[in-house]
Amino acid sequence: MAVLEYAEQKDTQSTSWIDGQYNDYLKQKRKTQALVVTAQFSILVALLVLWELAGRLKWIDVLLFSYPSKVFSYIWSEMVSGQLWPHLAMTVGETVVGFLLGTLFGTLLAVIIWWSPFLSKVLDPYMVVFNSMPKVALGPIFIVMFGGGFTAIVMTTLSITIIVTTLVVYNSFRDVDPNYVKVIRSFGGSKRVIFQKVILPASFPTIVSTLKVNVGMSWVGVIVGEFLVAKIGLGYLIIYGFQVFNFTLVLASLVIIAFAATLMYQLVVYVERRLVRGR
Amino acid sequence: MLPIVELKNIAHAYVTDRGASLAIDYLSLFIEPGEFVSLVGPSGCGKTTLLSIVAGLLTPSQGEVLLLGEKVSGPTPQVGYMLQQDYLFPWRTIYENSLIGLELTSQVTDRTKESTLHLLNEMGLGAAIDLYPHHLSGGMRQRVALVRTLATDPEVLLLDEPFSALDYQTKLQLEDLIVKTLKDRHKTALLVTHDLSEAIAMSDRVIVLGASPGHIRKTFEIPQNIRDSQPFYAREQEGFNELFREVWSELEASERKE
Repeated sequence: MAVLEYAEQKDTQSTSWIDGQYNDYLKQKRKTQALVVTAQFSILVALLVLWELAGRLKWIDVLLFSYPSKVFSYIWSEMVSGQLWPHLAMTVGETVVGFLLGTLFGTLLAVIIWWSPFLSKVLDPYMVVFNSMPKVALGPIFIVMFGGGFTAIVMTTLSITIIVTTLVVYNSFRDVDPNYVKVIRSFGGSKRVIFQKVILPASFPTIVSTLKVNVGMSWVGVIVGEFLVAKIGLGYLIIYGFQVFNFTLVLASLVIIAFAATLMYQLVVYVERRLVRGR
Repeated sequence: MLPIVELKNIAHAYVTDRGASLAIDYLSLFIEPGEFVSLVGPSGCGKTTLLSIVAGLLTPSQGEVLLLGEKVSGPTPQVGYMLQQDYLFPWRTIYENSLIGLELTSQVTDRTKESTLHLLNEMGLGAAIDLYPHHLSGGMRQRVALVRTLATDPEVLLLDEPFSALDYQTKLQLEDLIVKTLKDRHKTALLVTHDLSEAIAMSDRVIVLGASPGHIRKTFEIPQNIRDSQPFYAREQEGFNELFREVWSELEASERKE
């Protein structure tokens, strides 16, 4: 009986101070978080205000550097008039297609060279050369081959994303612990089964994380592609604004690109979290 | 009795860029049904190679392996293989992990599913079937690996140092569990281990191998009183220490020879 009482007493005592510590911990964590967000926001506001002042007070050349209220009102007017949307849609479309196809073909190529060590050896020097050369330099060739439009720009994007995807995914295939393969083999599993049951699921997180890298690369490919050939798209707007000395247009395009690219990246992060949950 | 596993003049050479080296030197071995045989020996005596050959994962350069009188030419469902660690697939639940062997040999039926569940319950894993491997302790995971191996109902179990990654207490518990489970089901086992007392406590027969190239040095029959006790108590049986010293000196002699 005495023991029981002691246990009960101890129980109420101990939980109260432990809960207290936990609450303190949560409070501290929220405080830090609030501080970080405030600092981040302040930096943004300070930079915008400084830029605006510098523009209005003519510290900087407004023709070259514009200023925020001008840029944002320009974006707003373009949005309202509807002139912005075709450009945005084209660029986002090219990026999404380049990004998906790049990941898909890159992974497929990785599967093929994993399957055939012979092919892997044969292709090795080609992959090294292609991987080390600046792929954007191939842009003119794609324009000649596919004309100056959607296809050529997607091809430029693919040339940037495919090989990197292939190398990363192939390496993750090879890094799978051979003992997992041994488990499957001891049950008589064939190479196809080994791939299905071990290699692919084990590399799945890597494949998903190459998606994140490929988002950034696809934007590079698309914007450069549009610099070279396009008659429509955000990259085209930048070059056009540059040529006619409309730097408000150039900066407005940059703001929109930053916004769209961040949005797309966050979307991929969200998808990644959903896909590799529970591991 | 007809041997369940028969190794006939097995020799195996590994070929690399630097040349070919002999790993196993014309080794012959009979294992009777229901027998528990341990292989001990210095590193480089080809223990794991031998297991891979019996499992059909490796074709010996010379000689042949017979399983129930038939030549082994690849992995068969009659042989189960347990590795040094559990190697459970982290993306599969405990239940899905224990079904993988049945999936791969296309034996998934209501009956086999039922018996796998029964096996999991028997090993004290009933509450864990929907959890993932990282939720489990090392000992529990190795028990799941045992269920995975037993689920396909193999006749022969190959155990490749299955306790080496576990702490001492868990290891003793698992030794008892494995010996009991295999004896109850009349399974045959071939165990590779570095732990002499484990080999003596669990086995009916301990074979000391010599290295470079692998060959049989000496075979020790384990006395009946030690065989009959569970591995944990076998260590306290009369004659255990003497036998341990005998096997130990044989092993030392084989290492000195290198």
